[in-house]
Amino acid sequence: MAERSFRKEVEKLRIGAGEEFAGEGILAITKALLQSGVAYVGGYQGSPISHLMDVLSDAQDILGELGIHFETSANEATAAAMAAASVNYPLRGAVTFKSTVGTNVASDALANLASGGVTGGVVVIVGEDYGEGSSIMQERTHAFAMKSQMWLLDPRPNIPGIVKTVEQAFELSEASNTPVFLQMRIRSCHVHGSFVAKDNVRPSPSMRDAMENPVRDLSRIVLPPASFLHEHEKVEKRWPAAVDYIQSHGMNETFEGRRKDIGFIVQGGLYNTLIRTLERLGLSDSYGDSDIPIYVLNVAYPLVDDEIVTFCSGKNAVLLVEEGQPNFIEQAIGSLLRNAGVGAVLSGKGVFPMAGEYTAQVQRAGIVKFLSNHQAVFRPPTDPMEQVAEFVSEIDGFVPPRPPGLCTGCPERPVFASLKMLQEELGEFHVSADIGCHLFSILPPFNIGNTTMGYGLGAAGASAFNTESDKPAISIMGDGGFWHNGLTSGIGNAVFNKSDALTIVVDNNYSAATGGQDLLSSKGDHGGRSTQHPIETAVRGVGVKWTKTVKTYDIGEMRKALKEAVTKKGTGPKVLVAQSECMLNRQRREKPLFAKAVSDGKRVIKERFGVDEETCTGDHACIRLSGCPSLTVKPNPDPLKRQPVSYVDNSCVGCGNCGEVAHEAVLCPSFYKAEVIFNPGGFDRFVWDLRQKFISWLQKRADQRRLRAA
Amino acid sequence: MAVKHERPISIAMLALGGQGGGVLTGWLVETAEANGYIAQSTYVAGVAQRTGATVYCVELFPRETAEAAGQLPVFTPYPIPGDVDLVIAGEMAETGRAIEKGFVTPNITTLIASSHRVYAMPEKEALGDGIMDLSRVADVAARASRNFVCFDMQKAADDTGSIISSVLLGAIAASGALPFEREAFETTIRQMGRAVESNLRGFDAGFNGPGAADEAVTETPKASIEGPNGKALAARITSELPDVVHDIALHGALRTLDFQDVKYANEYVDKLVAFVGVDNADNDYSLTNEVARQLALQMSYEDTIRVADLKTRTDRFGRIRNQVAAAPNQPVRVVEYFHPRIEEFCDTLPSFIGATILRSAFLRKIFAPFFRKGRNISTTSISGFLFLHMMAKMKRFRRVTYRYKQQHAFVNDWLDRVTAAVCDDYDYAMSIARCIEMVRGYGDTYERGLTRYHATVGAGAATKNAEAVRQLHRAALADEKGKVFRETLAVLEGNG
Repeated sequence: MAERSFRKEVEKLRIGAGEEFAGEGILAITKALLQSGVAYVGGYQGSPISHLMDVLSDAQDILGELGIHFETSANEATAAAMAAASVNYPLRGAVTFKSTVGTNVASDALANLASGGVTGGVVVIVGEDYGEGSSIMQERTHAFAMKSQMWLLDPRPNIPGIVKTVEQAFELSEASNTPVFLQMRIRSCHVHGSFVAKDNVRPSPSMRDAMENPVRDLSRIVLPPASFLHEHEKVEKRWPAAVDYIQSHGMNETFEGRRKDIGFIVQGGLYNTLIRTLERLGLSDSYGDSDIPIYVLNVAYPLVDDEIVTFCSGKNAVLLVEEGQPNFIEQAIGSLLRNAGVGAVLSGKGVFPMAGEYTAQVQRAGIVKFLSNHQAVFRPPTDPMEQVAEFVSEIDGFVPPRPPGLCTGCPERPVFASLKMLQEELGEFHVSADIGCHLFSILPPFNIGNTTMGYGLGAAGASAFNTESDKPAISIMGDGGFWHNGLTSGIGNAVFNKSDALTIVVDNNYSAATGGQDLLSSKGDHGGRSTQHPIETAVRGVGVKWTKTVKTYDIGEMRKALKEAVTKKGTGPKVLVAQSECMLNRQRREKPLFAKAVSDGKRVIKERFGVDEETCTGDHACIRLSGCPSLTVKPNPDPLKRQPVSYVDNSCVGCGNCGEVAHEAVLCPSFYKAEVIFNPGGFDRFVWDLRQKFISWLQKRADQRRLRAA
Repeated sequence: MAVKHERPISIAMLALGGQGGGVLTGWLVETAEANGYIAQSTYVAGVAQRTGATVYCVELFPRETAEAAGQLPVFTPYPIPGDVDLVIAGEMAETGRAIEKGFVTPNITTLIASSHRVYAMPEKEALGDGIMDLSRVADVAARASRNFVCFDMQKAADDTGSIISSVLLGAIAASGALPFEREAFETTIRQMGRAVESNLRGFDAGFNGPGAADEAVTETPKASIEGPNGKALAARITSELPDVVHDIALHGALRTLDFQDVKYANEYVDKLVAFVGVDNADNDYSLTNEVARQLALQMSYEDTIRVADLKTRTDRFGRIRNQVAAAPNQPVRVVEYFHPRIEEFCDTLPSFIGATILRSAFLRKIFAPFFRKGRNISTTSISGFLFLHMMAKMKRFRRVTYRYKQQHAFVNDWLDRVTAAVCDDYDYAMSIARCIEMVRGYGDTYERGLTRYHATVGAGAATKNAEAVRQLHRAALADEKGKVFRETLAVLEGNG
């Protein structure tokens, strides 16, 4: 069950022609897919398109009604390989994943797909995880488009534009027999807006029709001599066909301005920020009626040479707003203009920074520089950042940074608390980290983890350290990464290469970091998927002898298992499955049930932890072994003490980590667990009353004694 | 240039994980769309929960204007510095971050901020006081914005049993930054149909703004004198000590009285009276004040007797019931997490027995299995309570315990050092008086503090340099493993 439910929103997908569809970008894309008559959809979750997968998953009924096959793929390569269905058959298909990391994984399949070409339209929707809010290395999908000659669409970030682009993407793909990338930037995925809908279209032929009438065409299979022909076909047939489609359907847009001497060329995805920046400079209005002509590249690759030559001809200078590096578009346009003998000066990375996100502030600086170079008199209004510089400098150093961390009650916390204690006992280890929530271990308070090489590659990242040692390398892997590829790339590899190292698989029942999607090892029942395949069984299946599954909250047991795993030699690779359900998911499931039980009069117990402020030392050792958002500090109520005391706020879910840590790390005696009994039964009442009477009798006597002494 | 100016109303919201930034965004969009506006919102999904904070961006534009123009406005996916009409910050550090990002501009921006703090990891994990003073942020925010609305909205949410988003929405409505009436927002809350009643209460609290209670300045609590012994101690303090020390000394005397007995409290006052002689009025007796504070804390050290005593008190039970919001007479079981080491056990043994065990490796080994594991004791069960109650009653034997002897030798040594230091340099004496603060707590914390304290006063004695002592004091609290402390010590010794 995913973190966010779209069950209600997906009902909107049923609306028909003429009705207004209002919602988020991911819903609009889904509706556009249905309107385009897709036959199959697949993908792998990951920000910023996680929710697109969740929408599709929640919309399975609707997809089913239309005869569309939807699959949560094992990884991005699987998703991309799915598109093989469009090679021989006129089936439209869409796959989606995060980019560039997902595209890295998918690129084997994508390259094969692009080589043979497609019959039915294939759209690869990539969530471009670049700039503010990104969690990965900063690279461009553009490079993949160029190397495999797939087309790259980067539409203006408004809902009607995105929907139209999806529909055109299928047509473009079919017109040029080429799979097409549709690039969705982080904030476009969740942009809220509206468009006028069309009717949903049933795929024709159906998946079944195609499957039962197989078509085989040797010329589409990537094997010599066809593979050599494919390369020629790409540049001689498919490319010109694509350019023809793009041009005849006006996919790129030119907005005329009053100025004749200069012009802007911009990637579609950056258009809105550009307009708003121009507006602040007094060069445009809010509708995009700009002084300066703008040519918008809704198709970032391939370029339409004629359109660019026409746009640049007669101009003194053209500014290209191209985010990311290398500056592929600038290089291409530069060479194009020179070959065509167009004299306009091309500015790009010359006035903009080579790297980094092109925010409004960055664009402003570049545009001001460009205009100052090419316009005799240009007096820009005061830079807003200069206007507030004085305020910013006044608070410099007074705003604490807020590094990310694990959620309240996260079951991964005790794993890292145990590891930290192990390191305190045995010294530091080389720890190969992976991708997932558990990567937050590299930050305070745990500070554990030396490298991360990619999703599911935690164990592979330690494979070079396959040397006899008293301090073996430790690898971490999440259940998401494990099923994505870690079982073979990490565990199988370690077995085959006779490694003696330890891999900790953090099994929290979901692909938690991407939003709590189900996996093979998920514990819950999932109607449409087969779950409950234990990781330990899989690991034994590939030949691991030493493997243990430990409940993460049992820190004592966890420490023991860890210690054994790093000290025991000659058993082959060791796999410790740290098992406990993702707290975010568990709470979402249990909270409503608990509330219902309370209101139904059922006896239930709510647990939470607390710290006695009178005995707290203000040393915060507990926090350094936890980092739980609910374990925080507050000013010391004691007038004599200066250190803030630890404090458990109301968000505590009673996971038990605090108590375990206090025991295992021999911390102070300040922690207590309170169990609040709702709807107590007769026996509860009896025991409670008895205890109360006895305890308050003793307390009263103690109080009196204290009063006498006061 | 034809400027048909009507620019979008631009809103930036900086929300923390779990604050419901998405909910608030939804309310704003819904209200705008229901009241003749075109709305766009963007955010980065799912990151706030884990990555601390995220920025939501909402833009609104009058539908009528757009229709008249026959065009749709171009909305930004991310707030643009110098172009934000309304900034909403659900916490004080995030308010600072909004200013740093350039979202807050004088004459343009209405800034709605909750004054409460959600401490960040670096503030929480410090060995001492890592909390940053953000009063400067509030001061700058008032000058940097057109209109600054700031009060503790988390408290308002807690008081009304709602969420901070609804309080923020109320404050937005009251600020007049958006062209919608109060009723329009309330209608949205009703139409969304989730937790309507509590959200409306929260909205109302936000709309009404800070109450009188929010503006009351919290003062240091005055010491409360309950009985004749307290009165006598107060009288002694008033007559024998200078005015400026009365407050802290009284707190200290009452604490030592509570810790042991009236004789013990009088010993505390005796020590102060003796000390005040070496201090002088020129310095406002600030050294005596510090000594009064630290002496009281050291004399009321936390041994197992003290812990048992504090854990079994009536008011503690009330405090816990309060914190877990238990209904009257609702059963609440309390389980304590203890993990005494052999050291803590020996602390409360008669001095010579404790010392013998601690000195003997053999005896330590014999007793070790008893201290390997933590103990859970329920103070709401008869046996558990009785056990701690009896332990607390051991108070009468405290003066003969091992720790008592150790502690008093330690405190006297410190007091002698401070007294001697006054002759050298007042500031230096102050630094020595204060650095005993690092010795506190139990277990590793206590031992780490003790080791670093000895190294600090040792280095101090060699240089008599207040700044050096203060530097070591800071370094001692810089990290657990003592890397910074060792480095600082090495540098100082190198220079000496």
